[in-house]
Amino acid sequence: MSLTKQQIAQRIAQELKDGYYVNLGIGIPTLVANYIPEGIEVVLQSENGMLGMGPFPKKGMADPDLINAGKQTVTLLPGGVYFDSATSFAMIRGGHIDLTVLGAFEVSDTGDIASWKIPGKMVKGMGGAMDLVAAAKNIIVAMQHTSKDGQSKLLKQCTLPLTGVKCIKKIVSDLAVLEITDEGFVLLERAPGVSVEDIKKATEGRLVVKGDVPEIKLG
Amino acid sequence: MNKVVKNAQEAIAGIKSGMTLMVGGFGLCGIPENCIKAITETDLSALTCISNNAGVDNFGLGLLLQKKQIRKMISSYVGENAEFERQLLQGELEVELIPQGTLAERCRAGGAGIPAFYVPAGYGTEVAAGKEVRDFNGKPHLLEYALTADFAIVKAWKGDTHGNLIYKETAGNFNHPMATAGRITIAEVEELVPAGQLNPMQIHTPGVYIKRIFQGTHYEKRIEQLTES
Repeated sequence: MSLTKQQIAQRIAQELKDGYYVNLGIGIPTLVANYIPEGIEVVLQSENGMLGMGPFPKKGMADPDLINAGKQTVTLLPGGVYFDSATSFAMIRGGHIDLTVLGAFEVSDTGDIASWKIPGKMVKGMGGAMDLVAAAKNIIVAMQHTSKDGQSKLLKQCTLPLTGVKCIKKIVSDLAVLEITDEGFVLLERAPGVSVEDIKKATEGRLVVKGDVPEIKLG
Repeated sequence: MNKVVKNAQEAIAGIKSGMTLMVGGFGLCGIPENCIKAITETDLSALTCISNNAGVDNFGLGLLLQKKQIRKMISSYVGENAEFERQLLQGELEVELIPQGTLAERCRAGGAGIPAFYVPAGYGTEVAAGKEVRDFNGKPHLLEYALTADFAIVKAWKGDTHGNLIYKETAGNFNHPMATAGRITIAEVEELVPAGQLNPMQIHTPGVYIKRIFQGTHYEKRIEQLTES
């Protein structure tokens, strides 16, 4: 069984460490906030200018001056703080954010990522994605392993316009957890019931399998 | 020292067609609603707007797009706007997309007298086309130039007659860096008080950057994505 979006988020949440400052992108990455392990305190950064982002407000409590980078109304947790956009990206570019989680259309076996533009479709812009991937020390990509028609999204080379080059080190897909090294996609864990063969078939880029590959454990 | 003007109409005096404007805000959060509305009531056209986003169809900078007052947008993200898409596809509108952090830093640099700087964002992507690349500590960086504008238009929560500004929550966003980078910076605020009434230890934007300030009216503060738990 491949992982659901929630389960991908749940697996990524296992990578969080106490004291981490974390930037979560839009989509599956946002869900990671729902699975922060007990006893671990992390501070969420939203690049429009906030550390200490909390959950969505209670009904009727939404504040138009308090939004996240996805323009959704949110709240601030105790100890949280607001700042301007230049300061926000200074802390990103300066390497002060411990972990960035974001989505992708494609990732290559050398760590390139394409996530912002599909030629022929309306171009909306890269937002902060290029800044985040170029600067973060530790990036996890949350993505589907293949497209709806079965095409691999883990490629030798990205076909879509790039967001960044040689920057992705780890992927959690619906099929597997993989690390990117000089050898290519190293298979670390597989989704429950998904075989190494299944993952090989779904991976166009170089896939490295070393010994027995354990199943992903979810809580 | 009198920076206080009566209203948005007075504040935008001197803006001419073809000029470059910086407009603060992130999405619809912290946008200068009064000045945008005042510009829609003029015949200004062929404006270049530097703004992180382009509003939505019937609010924010989307209002200027509807009136075809904008010739070029310099932004990081321009979704959520059908009229924008139509004008872009028809070739009526020019768009330059810039990574968000680079955009913020280019404004900051413009205000700080730093003509150019290197950043890693965009290396190896189409954003790098034509830009100087230089390695620092084994990592390639792109040379990016500072941005300034004929007018910067920002919105704050509170301001005083000297132009000192305080923003509310995440509504500071691009307002602060842009306030520093306008040859003439206009601030509209929800509450304007006499100098001395704001806590000087809590000012976000010192008044030196602000040339004109006024208290806005009828803030709608439209929410783009209402999410509740």
